[in-house]
Amino acid sequence: MITLTHYLVLSAILFTMGVIGVLIRRNAIIIFMCIELMLNAVNLSFVAFAHYLNSMQGQLFVFFTMTVAAAEAAVGLAIIVAVFRNKETVNIDDINIMKW
Amino acid sequence: MEAYLFYIVATISVVSAAYLIFEKNPVYNALYLIQTMVCIAVLYILLEAQFIAAVQMIVYAGAIMVLFLFVIMLLNLNIKEESKDALFYQKIPAIFLGITLFVIICVILKSKLLQGKHGEYTTAYVNSIGNTRVIGNLLFTDYLLPFEITSILLFVAAIGAIMLAKRKL
Repeated sequence: MITLTHYLVLSAILFTMGVIGVLIRRNAIIIFMCIELMLNAVNLSFVAFAHYLNSMQGQLFVFFTMTVAAAEAAVGLAIIVAVFRNKETVNIDDINIMKW
Repeated sequence: MEAYLFYIVATISVVSAAYLIFEKNPVYNALYLIQTMVCIAVLYILLEAQFIAAVQMIVYAGAIMVLFLFVIMLLNLNIKEESKDALFYQKIPAIFLGITLFVIICVILKSKLLQGKHGEYTTAYVNSIGNTRVIGNLLFTDYLLPFEITSILLFVAAIGAIMLAKRKL
C-alpha cells in the first residue's frame, strides 16, 4: 500500500537532487534545469497532499506553479541568451560582474 | 499492482535525476529531465490527477523542455565548459549539505506536523463528475482572480522575453 509518506519522501529526494545540482554545476542552463526539477518535486508533493486529504486546492496550485515555471523559463532563457551574446560563455564563474 | 508501478516509476525518476546532475553534455541533461518529468506525470495519474498529468506532459515535457533544447542548440556549447579547480572544493560540501537537507526534511515528515483537515472532494465524488470539470469549475468561480493574474503574468513574461532578445541591450 502506497501512503502519503512514500510520495513525500520521493519528492524530498528529487528536491534534494535539484539543490545538489544547483550547487555543484557551473553551466547556467543546467542550473536552470535543476531549478525546474525542484519545482517538479514540490508539485508532486502538492498533488500527493491533494489526493490523500481529499482536497482540490493542491491541483489548482500545481496549475498556477506551472504557469509561473513557464514564465520563468521564457524570461530566464532569454537572459541566458543575452548574457551569452555579450560574454560568449554561460559558465557562471565567468559571469561575476555583479558579485562584488 | 499500484505499488509495483510506483516503485518502478520512482526508481526511474530518481536515476534519471541523478544522471541530470552528473552528466556533462547539456543535450543529454535535457533528455534526462524530460524522462523525470514523464515519470512524474505517471505518478500524477496514480494520484488520480488526470488533468494535471496531461498539462505536465504538454507544458513541461513539451513546451518548456523544447525551449531548453532550442537554447542549448542555439548556443552550441562545448562540453569542456566547466572549470575544474573551483568545482573540486565545492562538490563534497555541497553533497554533504544536500544530504543534511534531506535528513531535515525526513525529520519533519516523521513529526506529526503534517496532518491537515480532510476536504470534501473524495476520489469517488471527483470521478463521478470528472477531474477536469471540477478543476474548471473551481478556476472560474473561487479562483477567478488568481487565474486572471496568471494571464497578466504570462503577458508580462512574453514582453520581457521579447525585450531581452533585442540586438542592442
